Amino acid sequence: MSDTITKEQIFKPENIVYKKTDLMTDNVLSYCPGCGHGTTHRILMEVIDEMGLQSETIGIAPVGCSVLAYDFMNVDMQQAAHGRAPALATAIKRLLPNKTVFSYQGDGDLAAIGTAETIHACNRGENFTTIFINNGIYGMTGGQMAPTTLEGMKSSTSPYGREWHAMGHPLKMTELVARLPGTYYVTRQAVHTPAAVRKAKKAIRKAIELQQQKVGMTFVEVVSNCNSGWKMTPVNANKWMVENMFPFYPLGDIKVDGKLVKEV
Amino acid sequence: MAKVKGDIIVDIEKCKGCEVCIDACPTHTIEMSEKVNGKGYHFMQNVHDACTGCTNCAIVCPDGVITVYRIKV
Repeated sequence: MSDTITKEQIFKPENIVYKKTDLMTDNVLSYCPGCGHGTTHRILMEVIDEMGLQSETIGIAPVGCSVLAYDFMNVDMQQAAHGRAPALATAIKRLLPNKTVFSYQGDGDLAAIGTAETIHACNRGENFTTIFINNGIYGMTGGQMAPTTLEGMKSSTSPYGREWHAMGHPLKMTELVARLPGTYYVTRQAVHTPAAVRKAKKAIRKAIELQQQKVGMTFVEVVSNCNSGWKMTPVNANKWMVENMFPFYPLGDIKVDGKLVKEV
Repeated sequence: MAKVKGDIIVDIEKCKGCEVCIDACPTHTIEMSEKVNGKGYHFMQNVHDACTGCTNCAIVCPDGVITVYRIKV
C-alpha cells in the first residue's frame, strides 16, 4: 500500500509535522555551517511562538557572533553595548514589567566583558531570562582564547593550549551565578543532537514560564560548538564537544526552584 | 510495513552543508548531494523513501531549512 503513496499525496499543508517557525525571519543566518546559534535561535522562537508571546516579548542582542540576532528573530529586539545586555534587560524589564524579556549572549559577552553586569543582575534577582551560549572561544573575532576556554585547549591566542599558570583557569559562569540568591532556575543544555535540542527547548520554556511568575533570574546556558574557531568540521566539532566540553561543563539542571540540585 | 510515511522538503539555497542532520537520521534516508547550491555548499537531500517523518533532521538543523511531512498509510 505504501508503494502507491505519491509525493503529491504527502506534500500537503495538512501533513506538515515540522516547519521553521514564523518567528524566525526568512533571512539567511549569518552563522557558520553547523553553529549551535541557529538551533538555539529557532528553539527560543518556537517557545515564544507556542506561548503566543510574539507581541509581548523584547529580546536583547549582544555583541559577538549573534550581534545580528535582531535580523533573524521576528520579535522586538534591542542591541546592547558589549557585555551590557543584562543592564539593558534590567531597564526594559523594570520599565515594562509585563513584557517577557530575554537577553541572548555569548561567552565573550556574558563571561568576559559583561561579567560585572551579569553577576549583579543575577544577584539582584532581575526578573528576565538569560540565554548564554558557551562555545569556549571568541568565535566572531577569529577564535581567540576566552575565559571559558578549557585547560589545554588550543586557540589562536593560546596555540600551545591554555596553561593556567600564565592564562588562568576556565570560568564556570553558570555554577557561579547558581550560587547567587537572586537566581531561581539555572540549567546547562546543548543542541548537538535531537534529544538535546528537545531538552534545551523544554528548559527554555520553563525559564520563560518562570519569568512570568516573577520569581527572579532564570539562566539557561547552551554549550555549543564553534567549528570555525576550533578548526574542525561541524560533525567533528560536536564529537569534540561531547568528549571535552561536557566533562568540564556537565549538562543538566544546577538550580531548580531556587535550590541548588548539584554540588557547585 | 511502515505505518507512517514521511518526506522532507529542503530549502536548498539556505542549506550550508554542515551534515549535522546526517547523523541524526535514524533510517539513513538523507545524504549530501553531489551538486552544490548557489553558495557552493553541498546540500542535503532525501535519497530513498524510508523516511518516517520523525523530524529529527529538522530539529537539529541550525538553519531551519527542512520542512517535514508525514501521513499515515
